[in-house]
Amino acid sequence: MDGPVQLLGVAASGLLVALAVGLSAWAGLGLQRSLVAAALRALVQLALLGLVLTAILAPGRPSALSWLWVAVMIGFAGWTVHRRVPSVPRLGWLAAAAFTAAAAVTLGVLFGAGVFPVDATTIVPLAGLMVGNTMTATVLLSRRVLAEFTDKRLEIEARLALAQPSAQAASPYLREALRTALIPQIETTKAVGIIFLPGAMVGLLLAGTSPSQAVQVQLVVMYLILGSVAVTTTIVALGLRHMLFTPAHQLRTTLASTR
Amino acid sequence: MTAGAGREVGAELPRSNGSQPVFGFQGVGVTFGEARVLHALDVDVPASGVTVVLGRSGSGKSTMTRLCNRLLDPTAGVVRFRGVDVSSLDVLALRRAVGMVFQRPTVFAGTVADNLAASGVTDRTSHARMLDRVGLDARMLAHDAATLSGGESQRVCLGRALLMQPQVLVADEPTASLDEPATRELETLACAATADGVPVLWVTHDLAQFDRIADHGVVLGEGTVIAAGSADSLRTTPGGIDALLGGGAPDPAASDPRVRREES
Repeated sequence: MDGPVQLLGVAASGLLVALAVGLSAWAGLGLQRSLVAAALRALVQLALLGLVLTAILAPGRPSALSWLWVAVMIGFAGWTVHRRVPSVPRLGWLAAAAFTAAAAVTLGVLFGAGVFPVDATTIVPLAGLMVGNTMTATVLLSRRVLAEFTDKRLEIEARLALAQPSAQAASPYLREALRTALIPQIETTKAVGIIFLPGAMVGLLLAGTSPSQAVQVQLVVMYLILGSVAVTTTIVALGLRHMLFTPAHQLRTTLASTR
Repeated sequence: MTAGAGREVGAELPRSNGSQPVFGFQGVGVTFGEARVLHALDVDVPASGVTVVLGRSGSGKSTMTRLCNRLLDPTAGVVRFRGVDVSSLDVLALRRAVGMVFQRPTVFAGTVADNLAASGVTDRTSHARMLDRVGLDARMLAHDAATLSGGESQRVCLGRALLMQPQVLVADEPTASLDEPATRELETLACAATADGVPVLWVTHDLAQFDRIADHGVVLGEGTVIAAGSADSLRTTPGGIDALLGGGAPDPAASDPRVRREES
């Protein structure tokens, strides 16, 4: 270890988890087991990530390994979306396709414009940030779309009855869901630096990078996330629209179910 | 698909030819999972006058209307529009020909004009004329639709449907949420369409409403036709329509929340 944090330091920070567990017990929250499990899980996952990254980032390794890791992340994120919104079949595949498209667009711009050099030390972290944030937005969007289609089912059917094609009948409600999914990201972007210091920047500062460098990286990262969230949610919204209607412009009752 | 008379999907919409029923149901069944909502439904809807579908809650009458413009497809049997299997027609053309008014007034966010424009007809003159047709002041075009009363909302919904110049008007308990005066006015406004040669298919559970507006009647019970014919012939059946509706007979569907939700 050559960074500012030693293994002993990590162990010491574990005391803070113990503090949280103690507080949970004292207040009778019953969350002690969950807290310990979450902390241990994070430990194991990050240790594994460390091993994988060490292997991938070792000098001389082909960048194909990094892209493979990105593919694994995307697959896992798609599976997580499927687990969190289980009522829509094939949503995981749709999400994974959307993440891939967003990665292609946003990383294409960043690497194409030479913002970062294309190597393992940039591919994996940037794709990781992108996938993590877009996954949250995708889950939010999917739940929002299902809720809109359930609440406004009568309105949507009234529009269909007026001979509006399904795309037109769905559009006001998809727009509303997309706004809901994008607004938290916009708020976060607006509040950055004033209300909170984002993770990437904190990491860079702790690792001893100069503040001006850290700020520049953070800006690029935020724009990357904003762009990829927009791309992903749009693709997922269009995909969901396709799934929620039959080719005969009928609302599928099984998904947006209020029967 | 069943006997589509050999027509391609998207076949031209059939026009009225006098005696041909506007809708024909032949062996129609609808099931949602375990729940059987309609079965062995065999009935014709005449191409003129007001046909009232009378049935208790859960009798499947709401589902029957949704088959007419293919918001729903039957799980068995054939639904015909002027003799042609609806599944062989262009679905959007069919829906333009079948104006529909729902149980609850479903105005969209926006102005009254926005609501009328949802029909695809966007010119102001037509909008003003239609408001007049449904008994509303043309100055209401700019009003926020959310501020309308229930009766006004339902008239906007009727106007929206009529703007498509449909060949038939289907109304699914359109007065269920309206008070007595608003109910009477909507009955008059909707049934006036028959004077222009547009038949009306009107669903209700209200026997008094049947008596006021029906030229023809279909009595539904437990998902199938109990009786059908001219309104007069139904009134003069032994025991009257009350007996057909089955007095205090238990209604198995009434305990099914899925069905009740749909009908409420």
